[in-house]
Amino acid sequence: MSNNLRPMKIKSQSRNRRVSLGITYTILIVLSIIWLIPLVWIVLSAFRCEYQADGTFIGRVTSNFFPKAYGFKNFSDLFSATYYGVPNAFPRWMLNTLIIAAIDCVISTFLVLSVAYCMSKLKFKLRKPFMNIAMIIGLFPSFMSMIAIYFLLKSVGLTGNPAHPEYSIIGLILAYSAGSGLGFQIAKGFFDVIPNALVESAKLDGCSNFKIFRKIILPLAKPIIIYQALMSFTGPWMDFIFAKVIIGADNPKYWTVSVGLYSLLFGTHPDTNLFTQFAAGCVIVAIPIVTLFMFLQKYYVEGVTAGAVKG
Amino acid sequence: MASKSKGAPNKTKSGGFFGSIGKFFSNFVKRFVDGSIGTKLSHFIFGAGNFYHKQYAKGALFLIMQVAILAFMILCPTINGTPYGYKALLNLPLKNVSEGGEFDPATGDFSAGSDCKLMILFGFVTIAVIVIYFIIWNKNIESSYKADMDRKVGKKPTTLREDVETLFDQKFHITMLTPTCIAALVLTVLPTVFMIALAFTTYNSQDMNDLGTNLFHWNGVKNFASVFTGEGTLGVEIKNRFLPVLGWTFIWAIFATLTCYFGGIILALLINKKGLKGKKIFRTIFILTIAVPQFISLLAVRNLLGEYGPVNTVLQSIGLIKEPIGFLGLHAQDSELLAKVMVILVNMWVGIPYTMLMTTGILMNIPADLYEAARVDGASTTKMFFKITLPYVIFITTPYLISSFVGNMNSFNAIFLLTGGGPAYQGYAAGGTDLLVTWLYKVTIDQGWYNTGAVIGIFTFLITATITLVTYRRSKAYNEEDTFQ
Repeated sequence: MSNNLRPMKIKSQSRNRRVSLGITYTILIVLSIIWLIPLVWIVLSAFRCEYQADGTFIGRVTSNFFPKAYGFKNFSDLFSATYYGVPNAFPRWMLNTLIIAAIDCVISTFLVLSVAYCMSKLKFKLRKPFMNIAMIIGLFPSFMSMIAIYFLLKSVGLTGNPAHPEYSIIGLILAYSAGSGLGFQIAKGFFDVIPNALVESAKLDGCSNFKIFRKIILPLAKPIIIYQALMSFTGPWMDFIFAKVIIGADNPKYWTVSVGLYSLLFGTHPDTNLFTQFAAGCVIVAIPIVTLFMFLQKYYVEGVTAGAVKG
Repeated sequence: MASKSKGAPNKTKSGGFFGSIGKFFSNFVKRFVDGSIGTKLSHFIFGAGNFYHKQYAKGALFLIMQVAILAFMILCPTINGTPYGYKALLNLPLKNVSEGGEFDPATGDFSAGSDCKLMILFGFVTIAVIVIYFIIWNKNIESSYKADMDRKVGKKPTTLREDVETLFDQKFHITMLTPTCIAALVLTVLPTVFMIALAFTTYNSQDMNDLGTNLFHWNGVKNFASVFTGEGTLGVEIKNRFLPVLGWTFIWAIFATLTCYFGGIILALLINKKGLKGKKIFRTIFILTIAVPQFISLLAVRNLLGEYGPVNTVLQSIGLIKEPIGFLGLHAQDSELLAKVMVILVNMWVGIPYTMLMTTGILMNIPADLYEAARVDGASTTKMFFKITLPYVIFITTPYLISSFVGNMNSFNAIFLLTGGGPAYQGYAAGGTDLLVTWLYKVTIDQGWYNTGAVIGIFTFLITATITLVTYRRSKAYNEEDTFQ
């Protein structure tokens, strides 16, 4: 009896394991489908090319999940269309966003790294108060000061300037990057892990703090630099509230792409028949961002995990 | 800001707060009495001490700053009809502002184009300039006094070049922090202080449009009181909706945090199950929702669940429902409860991948010997999960739990993009699913009730700040912050 028990137990265990693996696969596949449905639907809508019997194009949300006909009409329309009185508005919005994202990325990454390095590796009197103040400022809802930033930028002509509507872009870059230095916590957590002994020994060799930062810290900080750059570059593509308020509803030529796409469906002149064009725009915006994320996944995960542990 | 915080960290150390202030002032007297004639002169003319010690470049720098600031204060540059300088300080009480009156600072009367919000803004900027003036004043005396002391012990006073060099070494933190400080002061602190000030005024765009002016006045704490008393133009609206919105904000934050947190942990455990193939593919699928901008994915869901969207059509065609369901409360007659449940569910779709990603990293870091020891003791897989894995993950991610709770209280996108705060209440700005932040947005940006919006913002800040400070102060991350390094 007892001799027979063991192999049976092992057998039943391995069967149990197979059953539980099977259940896991099922759950994961079902969840994956749920997670993909809305995204797949947007992509399908972007390629939808259906006409009514009288020949008018159907651009609104339709009840069929899968299109009856496919084509590139939405994309070609999107690129050539005039929205809100701006000819070729979509390429223009893409360009605006690219400019804003690129400049914001450089400024924000620089500010975050410099603050994080100070907080982690330099000793000075106001270090702790600075960290506390940064945290308290971060607790004010950003929507509260948003309108004040608009007033402020407007008073110096960096937005809502009838003579130079393009200055709004500078205003938005300033608004995005100005507060970024206060979001140093994740990068600081990263610097904290770099051994202090490294810094101390460099100091004994007569290195200045600037040299230590440039020659020792920066080369080691590649993952966090990439993480910060990724975050600040993708930020302007994802945000639309700040951009909408700072650039202003009456300045459609200098909108970012998210404000523009949102306004196709919910703006001052919403048009439900533009849904498929909206979907096409979404696909074009999402492709580069998703590609970036996928290529830099490793660094993103590293940053997210560091942020979780340090809070 | 810098001078205010100076005393705080020394509180527990020698002399306490007042001691350090006393020391600060006795230092002034000492420098004035002991200093050379140059140092004494520096109290009145910036850089005089540096000229005395033949540090011409440094002296000129200080002098230029003094002249520039004094010119700013006396000449009062004007932007959009509103002056800076001493006139901005005189404007700050908004005293001569009466309905329809237009104040011209030059003549003492109001002029066209006077704008009270700019008066407040420029008044604050001027106060900041005055503070900066005194900081430079102090630095200029300090610099001169240091040169005195160097002379006394026979050293040569430091040159400007040497000073610049220390900015890249001993004082490197000043170089590194200055850009952030300036940017944050101008575009984060100043707007926040300005909005706090607006909470104490009568400023709203509707009254301004009716009266045709940009003039308003201080209103004391009446805006805050109206939340409880219901007085004032928006009073009843605020009073009736404040507590329900606050309550829903808490319920939302609790549910959104917990569902995404545990959902994410479970998902991570499923994906990391031993023997499971295609881990990377599954992970990538879920990361997609993080990578796709929220305005795209959430608006897609909104349309998917919309009146004429596929979901309603499918449910209708299989005969489950007759009329389309308003899942997201986009019409006033839609169910509020359903909208609330739906935003929490859809938010899981957005939030779970994030926690999954984070937990995956943590799961890989659990020391393997913990499991080894448990296995030797004959613990079952289930037991190991509940006794090792779960406690470990929860212990590590507690700070994240708190910050994500606060983040969810301020989660704008999920509500704004999905329901727009709906179902709407007749005559009220705050709909059924509005959080404090989305309400704040509607009240300020859509309706121009800047003072009321600021009041809501301050309440939001007080609530989130209390939660954060209480939990953060107790957390290990804060108390052992230094030991980490």
